[in-house]
Amino acid sequence: MSATPFTRRKFLISTAAAASSAWFLAACGGGDDGGNAPAAPQSASQVPQTEIDKAMDTETTLTFWTWVPDIQNEIKLFTTKYPKIKVNLVNVGQGAPHYQKLRTAIQAGQGAPDVAQVEFQFINSFTLGDGNLLDLTPHVPATLKDSYPEWVWSQVNTNGGLWGIPQDTGPMGLLYRDDLLMQAGVEVPKTWDDFAAAAQTYHSKNPKSYLVNVSPAQPGQFVAYLWQAGVRPFTFDGQQTVKVDLANAEAQKIAKFWGDLVTSGAASNDTDFADTWYQGLANGKYAALPIAAWGPVFLQGTAGKTSGKWRAVDLPQWDASQVVSSNWGGSTDAVLKLSKNQIAAAQFALFLNTDKESALKFANEQFLFPAMKEILTDPSFVNQESKFYGGQKVNEKFAQISGTVSPDFQWLPFMDYVYTNFNETLGKAFADKTDAVAGLQAWQDACAKFAKDQGFTVA
Amino acid sequence: MSTLVNAAPEVATSAPRRARLTAAKRRQYGAAYVLVLPFFLIFVAMVIVPLVYAGYLSFFRKRLIGGTSFAGVENYVKALTDPLFLSGVGRMAIFLVVQVPFMIALALFFALALDSGMMKLAKFSRLAIFVPYAVPGVVAALMWGYLYGPDFGPFAQIGRALGMGPPPFFSQTGMLFSIMNIVNWSFIGYNMIIIYAALRSLPSELYEAARVDGASEPRIAWSIKIPAVRPALLLTVIFSVIGTFQLFTEPKLMATLAPNVIGTAWSPNLYAYNVAFVNQDANYAAALAFLLGIVIMIVSYIVQLSTQRKERSS
Repeated sequence: MSATPFTRRKFLISTAAAASSAWFLAACGGGDDGGNAPAAPQSASQVPQTEIDKAMDTETTLTFWTWVPDIQNEIKLFTTKYPKIKVNLVNVGQGAPHYQKLRTAIQAGQGAPDVAQVEFQFINSFTLGDGNLLDLTPHVPATLKDSYPEWVWSQVNTNGGLWGIPQDTGPMGLLYRDDLLMQAGVEVPKTWDDFAAAAQTYHSKNPKSYLVNVSPAQPGQFVAYLWQAGVRPFTFDGQQTVKVDLANAEAQKIAKFWGDLVTSGAASNDTDFADTWYQGLANGKYAALPIAAWGPVFLQGTAGKTSGKWRAVDLPQWDASQVVSSNWGGSTDAVLKLSKNQIAAAQFALFLNTDKESALKFANEQFLFPAMKEILTDPSFVNQESKFYGGQKVNEKFAQISGTVSPDFQWLPFMDYVYTNFNETLGKAFADKTDAVAGLQAWQDACAKFAKDQGFTVA
Repeated sequence: MSTLVNAAPEVATSAPRRARLTAAKRRQYGAAYVLVLPFFLIFVAMVIVPLVYAGYLSFFRKRLIGGTSFAGVENYVKALTDPLFLSGVGRMAIFLVVQVPFMIALALFFALALDSGMMKLAKFSRLAIFVPYAVPGVVAALMWGYLYGPDFGPFAQIGRALGMGPPPFFSQTGMLFSIMNIVNWSFIGYNMIIIYAALRSLPSELYEAARVDGASEPRIAWSIKIPAVRPALLLTVIFSVIGTFQLFTEPKLMATLAPNVIGTAWSPNLYAYNVAFVNQDANYAAALAFLLGIVIMIVSYIVQLSTQRKERSS
């Protein structure tokens, strides 16, 4: 798959067309920014402005579940503008516990929030069946999709509905230790082939350190590798048909690539986001870290004493003639159908993430990597020079990478299972240094079986 | 029982008194019901109702597509042939056979040592052995997780200093023993206290008589104390059986350190949890929980039966 840099074209007139033509668009590459595309026709009729005004001027309390720290600062901007609306902010946990509670509340039919944070890969699990999320299409300006890179829009606008307002994203780049690579005389690899060779050379020159770590418990990162290579392992038609295609030839190539690095001993296989890994980042055990755009700030907090030694570049490529990236992480604010204040809730989700002041605050104060083009190009964001990265404008680098993420990556409506099972199949192969391709096949088989057991039609 | 026996002659001799007594009894019973009511209400609401509801759920099948349908015993049949569930139960059985005797033996040893009165710093030792039980399981697992750490844990560092490399705490078989160790550490004190309390309640005349007969302390422990605390020992064994099959916190937390070793079904309880919250299949999880409950009942019953037989034969 080729896609550098993917763009929006003037003939892209409807959101439905966006999905189907994305492959073609990606193949075209290049071209202008095309910001003045005609407004997309809406399938559902817009909520009239008068109704919105009325809702925003009615005494209302919105309940909002999120785990974004300090988000009351952005909420304050909203409540200052709409003083009649109160926001009840609740943090029920990050990730899994958050979704578990959300599902429980939805099943119970009460106690669910009006607005909830939902990560991209979990949207489909909430739109399943009759769906629990409100289609926001009638609540947002028709031009909203032009505010985002195409890949971001394709994450939230699926199966004919807009299921969340993008909050933050995680385009993948490569962070590396300039000093360690230099000492080992290793060039920053531009392609994955170079990367594999560099990993061998680096480890032989510096036996206590590895160019890269392959975490046996990080499905999100592995899926991002698949995404970058153009593998589209999952589809979901919004009804009951899914495709689970994790073990195709392309995916096997990726699994083999990382598996070989581990079995040859050129890469370590520590569990990430665990003590050993944190220490490894801080003490030079890993010389490079393929990670999403939220990674640079995270690393700064974890490996403070290595300040000034890191740099950020594009991910290595499978095809040297172009630059393609993918995404790992990122979330949206979604409105629940159960909400009794749908209009106000939708406006809240919209304001929080698209009001410039609010969105800039997220980017510059909470370090959420922005989704909107306007923030991705805002001087106060991109011009920050980071000492930790030797004065490099890291935001600018990742903002540029965001423009190279290939669009149209879809998710299954049961990613919890898919991700958990990774640890027992492919992840286990990485951990035990066994055949990664067999591990990949086991992952595929387990996920396909789960889909069938759950009554899906598996295409 | 004893009150009934005592009341019998009075009942026979005096009819009017009996009527009065019955009225008083009735009032007493009334008060008893009132006093028991709060417990009973909470017991029904928090134990019986959820139990019945879980039992009800376990006979249905809910799929992400197609919704809920009656499934009869399908979930139970599936569980009985589910290799993940069975391997979890098997692992817990090994755990039970290896860990519980070791733990109870040590607890008994400590209790006897404390009770013998020959130990210095007895109060301090008693507290020191008991304190780990007061440490929440989550904290204990996190702490041991650090101690076991293959890179920066003290054992790993000692191992490396001796040129042997870090001990394999997080390997496939190592993990079983690592978790056994955490459970031992947490629960020896608890079991010791139960046995120790039973020992303290024994009349000291028994020992004195034994001493007069020339019995040594070990002999007294073996022939008098241990048989006398058999009910307490049985209690600790039953508690341990239940605790073992319900093992959850330790593997759940170790899973963050060794996700590929623990997996989703290391212990049956962990498996039921993952089925309910990751696979979103509360119905199958309910069936697993009920089956697990049945396994626990069977094993507890076997334990009880075997000790009863011993008592009868002795």
